[in-house]
Amino acid sequence: MYSAKVMDHFQNPRNVGQIENPDGVGHVGNPVCGDIMELYIKVEDNHIIEAKFKTFGCGAAIATSSMITELVKGKSLEDAEKISKRTVAEALDGLPPNKMHCSNLAADALQKAIEDYRSRKKNI
Amino acid sequence: MNDSQMRRVYLDHNATTPVHPEVLGAMLPYYKEKFGNASSIHGFGKEIKVALEESREKVAKSINATSNEIYFTGGGTESDNLAIKGTAFANRKKGKHIITSKIEHHAILESCKFLEKEGFEIAYLPVDKSGFVDPDDLKKALRKDTILVSIMYANNEVGTIEPVEELAKIAKDNGVYFHTDAVQAMGKIPADVQKLNVDMLSVSGHKIYGPKGVGAIYIRKGTRIIPWSHGGSHERSRRAGTENVPGIVGLAKALEIVHKEMEEQSKHLRNLTETFYRKLTQAIPDVFLNGHLEKRIPNTLSLSFKAVEGESIILSLDLKGVAVSTGSACASGSLEPSHVLSAMGIAPELAQAAIRFSFGRDNTMEDVDYVVKILPEIVSRLRSMSPLYANK
Ligand SMILES: Cc1ncc(COP(=O)(O)O)c(C=O)c1O
Ligand code: FES
Repeated sequence: MYSAKVMDHFQNPRNVGQIENPDGVGHVGNPVCGDIMELYIKVEDNHIIEAKFKTFGCGAAIATSSMITELVKGKSLEDAEKISKRTVAEALDGLPPNKMHCSNLAADALQKAIEDYRSRKKNI
Repeated sequence: MNDSQMRRVYLDHNATTPVHPEVLGAMLPYYKEKFGNASSIHGFGKEIKVALEESREKVAKSINATSNEIYFTGGGTESDNLAIKGTAFANRKKGKHIITSKIEHHAILESCKFLEKEGFEIAYLPVDKSGFVDPDDLKKALRKDTILVSIMYANNEVGTIEPVEELAKIAKDNGVYFHTDAVQAMGKIPADVQKLNVDMLSVSGHKIYGPKGVGAIYIRKGTRIIPWSHGGSHERSRRAGTENVPGIVGLAKALEIVHKEMEEQSKHLRNLTETFYRKLTQAIPDVFLNGHLEKRIPNTLSLSFKAVEGESIILSLDLKGVAVSTGSACASGSLEPSHVLSAMGIAPELAQAAIRFSFGRDNTMEDVDYVVKILPEIVSRLRSMSPLYANK
């Protein structure tokens, strides 16, 4: 039921783990199914230079988590913010209809991580 | 490794089973030369009628009923629908209250939901942490206007065996009909309708090495029930429609086989599942059993792997040729945690981490060893990705 790309990212997820002293963290739970994701980012010169994740979730949740860490790397915060759940799903050659909500997890975690980074900066 | 080299292990027998070769052999003539319609009065029909009645006799014998109490249907779901809706509408002058449990198959639960819209009242009995219905809860739930109690014999997701004999006695003492969904119990534990004292019992072909799309229902003589499909006078007007004769012959043959081999198979399956459970819990930390290790159908084990979501285990095992499922096959498209595990009070994160291993007659100890060999690595890989698991 999953595309070959989803299965690839599920089997060989990129950037699994945590970042020590991250510049931003996005922690989200999916209210639809209870799945959970944590996304860590490192920011330099307004660009995301590193992203890592930990996810408790279905195949689609793991694949979208992995994909979003690839998509954000090197992007300016403004460009990263434009990454939507559609972008992630499309980058994976689509998701089955009942799994579209899974890409919320990654997209929301990214927004949260960027928000977190900005609020940390403000407080310095 | 390509598919042809990979070991394939099927551990999803509660979803469906392969047709037993003897069953298939018994069915084939009824697709070929014996193709007649059992309702026809000519020779082509008469031989079919004979086969139909012989099959009915076999089914009756396997559950200690008489053959005129057996009705063939289009599967377990249809048997359940007939039992619930047919009894409800036939007895609604007496009352509109029905009692069932929270862990029934959707065939029962959705039939009950439909009845609620039609003005019936349904009580859904709770279960304890192993999945058992408490007979005292049934006593308390009974009312003057209760017309039917339906509690499954064995649960499809966790395998728990309900105290049907005791529950049915309570219903009988109160003059209330009792139905049991025995779809997952048949061939795994004794199902004697006299001993169980049930008024109705549902059976499905494809869970017992018979064909899909065929089932049966036992309806005790004298039970007030109306048909749910109308048409010709097939099945003594309780289930209209030309009989699926090859299917019925297959169902009867399958029941005959699983009934005959029950003791031996039960030992075989218990040995496999107990060994599997012991070895797996030694190899992987934080694995929890959902259900009861003793009072379960011997082929079924539901295990929760802490901090790992079920679907990710299924996908990983599938890549290694092993077929398992999260809960009921029909629910695997759904996102809600299993209604069975929720009713048992299993925490949501553990309910999401549940895998059902359902073994069958063709599984071997090598299958057990293969899964015990590959699963620890899968679980630890997924745990290393999980924010819920503190890596040790
Ligand atoms: C307990 C139970 N009841 C009913 C059914 C439905 O049977 P069938 O697939 O023959 O309609 C199933 C099968 O999933 C089951 O496990
Ligand atoms: S089902 Fe929960 S994120 Fe996919």
